[in-house]
Amino acid sequence: MVIIEANKISKVFNGATAVDKVEFKVDKGEIFGFLGPNGAGKTTTINILCTLLKPTQGVAILNGFDVVKEPDRVRASIGIVFQDPSLDERLTAWENLNFHALIYNISKELRKERIQQVLEMIELWPRRNDIVRTFSGGMKRRLEIGRGLLHFPKVLFLDEPTLGLDPQTRNYIWDYIHQLKRREKITIFMTTHYMEEAENCDRIAIIDHGKIIALDTPAKLKNLVGGDVITLTTNDNKAAAKEISGRYGLEVQTETGHLVFEIANGEKFLPEFIGRMQEPVTSISVRRPTLEDVFLKLTGRKIREESGSAMEGMRAKMRAMRRR
Amino acid sequence: MNMVNLRAIYSIWLRDIIRYRRDRSRLISSVAQPALFLFVFGTGLSQGLAIQGGLGGGNNYITFIYPGIIGMTILFTSIFSAISIVWDREFGFFKEVMVAPISRAAVAIGKAVGGSTVAMLQGIIILFFAPLIGVSLSIPQLFLVLPLMFLIAFALTSLGIVVAARMATMEGFQMVMNFLVMPLFLLSGAMFPITKLPGWLKGLTIIDPLTYGVDALRIIMLGPKAGAYSLVSDLTIVTVFGAAMIVLAVFMFKGTE
Repeated sequence: MVIIEANKISKVFNGATAVDKVEFKVDKGEIFGFLGPNGAGKTTTINILCTLLKPTQGVAILNGFDVVKEPDRVRASIGIVFQDPSLDERLTAWENLNFHALIYNISKELRKERIQQVLEMIELWPRRNDIVRTFSGGMKRRLEIGRGLLHFPKVLFLDEPTLGLDPQTRNYIWDYIHQLKRREKITIFMTTHYMEEAENCDRIAIIDHGKIIALDTPAKLKNLVGGDVITLTTNDNKAAAKEISGRYGLEVQTETGHLVFEIANGEKFLPEFIGRMQEPVTSISVRRPTLEDVFLKLTGRKIREESGSAMEGMRAKMRAMRRR
Repeated sequence: MNMVNLRAIYSIWLRDIIRYRRDRSRLISSVAQPALFLFVFGTGLSQGLAIQGGLGGGNNYITFIYPGIIGMTILFTSIFSAISIVWDREFGFFKEVMVAPISRAAVAIGKAVGGSTVAMLQGIIILFFAPLIGVSLSIPQLFLVLPLMFLIAFALTSLGIVVAARMATMEGFQMVMNFLVMPLFLLSGAMFPITKLPGWLKGLTIIDPLTYGVDALRIIMLGPKAGAYSLVSDLTIVTVFGAAMIVLAVFMFKGTE
């Protein structure tokens, strides 16, 4: 069953196209990921789906409701965890959730029970009466995820849910996301620019410059890359590259002192390959392709290359400060 | 207004009350400023100038400005509460409210009710100075003063929301202080009688809504002779202004994306 349907939605800001005729369907109960560099149009798409922005063109249907025509019904069907923090840090964890329960019209009988249930799930029940300002970044994030779930939404939006968190906390957050998918039988729509995280999704749309350039399961996307990735060094990389492309007809790329090429069944290929090489191999490795390889294959760029601007750095710093 | 939006108004109001209760420094500083005006400025000026007759009702200066200082406290708190919307926007909390399935009108009204309650509470604190000033308030007087304080606060908070609705950053806050709050305060006749002013200044006091709020407070607390206008006209003007402002505030909120 389809729960989100985006039909050629576009968003133009002052002549600049942020989202360009994006089209996709999300099935009930899946974790659907939007993967792409910063500025690719991920957050704009989320903002359209959760009624904060009106699309310039196109129609989006969520839980059977048109996001432009029936925004209140869409809003009642979704929970959102924004990229930037959105808790009231002067209130306690419990007060933040109670506020949310009230504006989402949860009945009095249900409210207390549900708040406790959510706080227990995110393991913040013992800290319920503490002011949020005293929480760590990971705790605040968990509280935001818990808040997004409080009103039994059909779809939970997570916009870069682990941005600005350390790797350990990041894994922790992912455990929660998987857990809640099992428990609450909810659909999750998330964006990320971390490749490793996108692997957690059931299906991924790769988005670049406002357009979806590929959409499939992580495994099938990785099949786009021709097999396994072999990385090697030799004493004379130039000669070795010539030899490899000559013998196997493969495209060999040079990457900071390494040679990289793709081959099916890499493990079986290796022994024979090393034996036949005239140019002695000094080191070699074989690995399964990652989504980074997929992105590189599709766009010719690495995903993080564009994310290092000064503005981004500033924002990340501010965010980290507030997350503390 | 259906049940959903009433609950939303209540929750936004509740949040303002919780935050107010928790913010001790705001509580202390909010008493300190009016106390300074009242006791230092008030005492100093009433000693320096032996103003006779001009204040109406034969009050001394410190008694005369007492209702004005209550008006000032309400003004500052109301505008400050409304401007906190801009903080919420900068710190992200605003988004939590804007994606909720509640009407924008409920958000604006909740904020207006919350801000005015806080401003009224601040006004009540200043009421405790009454015995020190030598003003005695009867129970019926108190029953009139409290709703009046709320009415003034509601009108001013709504005005503040209209201003804050389109403010993107707190950088505009100083502008609001200089070009809105200070003129509203100084032109309201909180610190001087407005009956014998030169024409240009008189004209400016007439367009200041706080003039009528302060005048009404003065009439109720110090007697009808202390006022420049009648209580009925004061109340009418404050009510009409407040109604216009809340309608405008709701309208401004509907346009925000």
